[in-house]
Amino acid sequence: MVHAKPSDGKRGEPGPDVTARPASRDGKVVLEEAEISRVLTRIAHEIIERTRGAQQVVLLGIPTRGVPLAGRLAAGIQQVEGHPIPHGSLDITMYRDDLRLRPARTLGRTQVPPDGIDGQIVVLVDDVLYSGRTVRAALDALNDLGRPRAVQLAVLIDRGHRELPIRPDYVGKNLPTSQQEVVRVLLTEVDGEDAVLLGQAGDGGGRPR
Amino acid sequence: MNRHLISSADLSRDDALLVLDTADELARISDRPIKKLPTLRGRTVVNLFFEDSTRTRISFEAAAKRLSADVINFSAKGSSVAKGESLKDTALTLEAMGADAVVVRHNASGAPHRLAEWVHGSVINAGDGAHEHPTQALLDAFTIRRRFGRSSGSGGAGAAPAPGGALDGLRVTIVGDILHSRVARSNVILLHTLGAEVLLVAPPTLLPVAVDTWPCSIDYDLDAALPKSDVVMMLRVQQERMNAAYFPSVREYSRRYGLDSARMAQLPERAIVMHPGPMNRGVEIAAGVADSPRSTVVEQVANGVSVRMAVLYLLLGGAEDTQ
Repeated sequence: MVHAKPSDGKRGEPGPDVTARPASRDGKVVLEEAEISRVLTRIAHEIIERTRGAQQVVLLGIPTRGVPLAGRLAAGIQQVEGHPIPHGSLDITMYRDDLRLRPARTLGRTQVPPDGIDGQIVVLVDDVLYSGRTVRAALDALNDLGRPRAVQLAVLIDRGHRELPIRPDYVGKNLPTSQQEVVRVLLTEVDGEDAVLLGQAGDGGGRPR
Repeated sequence: MNRHLISSADLSRDDALLVLDTADELARISDRPIKKLPTLRGRTVVNLFFEDSTRTRISFEAAAKRLSADVINFSAKGSSVAKGESLKDTALTLEAMGADAVVVRHNASGAPHRLAEWVHGSVINAGDGAHEHPTQALLDAFTIRRRFGRSSGSGGAGAAPAPGGALDGLRVTIVGDILHSRVARSNVILLHTLGAEVLLVAPPTLLPVAVDTWPCSIDYDLDAALPKSDVVMMLRVQQERMNAAYFPSVREYSRRYGLDSARMAQLPERAIVMHPGPMNRGVEIAAGVADSPRSTVVEQVANGVSVRMAVLYLLLGGAEDTQ
């Protein structure tokens, strides 16, 4: 048994992963920093609109990069509505359907706001929506945490190729891709910069299928 | 990490920290309304206990069940072992039943090592003779880390959790029957791996032969050791393994090596008192000490479940890489 692949690991990845930086810049830039910020502002407004003022909304980010995105959306909603939006993280590692296909992974953190999720509208936040399997796992994980009134899904990038009947409620950008391509989302909190990159498989990184 | 967990020496520093960090996350499950994860659904964990145990067996059972594994409990009493079946034949029986992991406790040192050659699943040593008890060492390290605030960081609701630190610079004193203690050996190895300084304190008759090769120092005077200890770990005098007189009387042992309230007062302010259990109150540890806020005895039991969940997850949760 070996450890999870380095980019999944917490150890050896304190903040910006310097060794991975040069390779990670490979590929076409799809969204720049300013565009990501604009897209998140729009999603924040859409959430407010769709949930009538985001009164009973809890934002849960899926580690790693969904968590800072949830934090940014919460800050964006608070700026408009003036009340704080509870947000946290939902680790789905233990609920994955492909655990047995790869070595054991390092766990992320599940941190639910103190008031819980019962009766709330939970908005799941992730960086890239691809096969939909991560979201399925997240729905299972939510089931063990409580009973939300409704669950919605916000993603920065929807790259298609769904393998499950799952659709997002809020999309930052629809990005038609081939399955050979790799979408990489970089966020300041994790990677030291904001960008969305589209590269070919073999560029390193990319989301596991 | 290896496929098996037989000795604390199987764990590198990174492996050990991975187990402790994983246990930190899994410990949060116990605060939830539903204390169960689907991760090991359809996997079978056999608890193979040739020696009596309360804590360890229940702890492994609870850990496996919280991860949704199927648990088969096997104790030598009332099984075919009582009719003379050998360890190997027992192992082959388990193999035929498709055990994914075997948690084994045996009175012979090295039994888990042999077992690992006979079965396909992971073997986890839950105590073999006077040799090793690695999950106890892990849960002790976990407890020390939590008490000294070195667990994986809070990090707020934002970023990913910061990995927890090791035990560098902490001074751990292990007191008592080192000779018969598998807990002591496993702890010395693991605590050394994690950077702690370990001091063994025992009467000369209760130290094993090759103790000078262990990565620790040795003293015979408890009163001198206490003021410079961050952690004191008291070990039980294992009467059932003693076939000779190792000390003149229990009373004398207790006087010289027992931890009572007066001795506890010599400890630094932040120091904690640990005991792997079962305790002999009044012999190696006074009741007042065992029940004091400095004692981590109950905490150790609770942490045992989280640590064993982490071990089971890391050994069984992923794909086998031994293709």
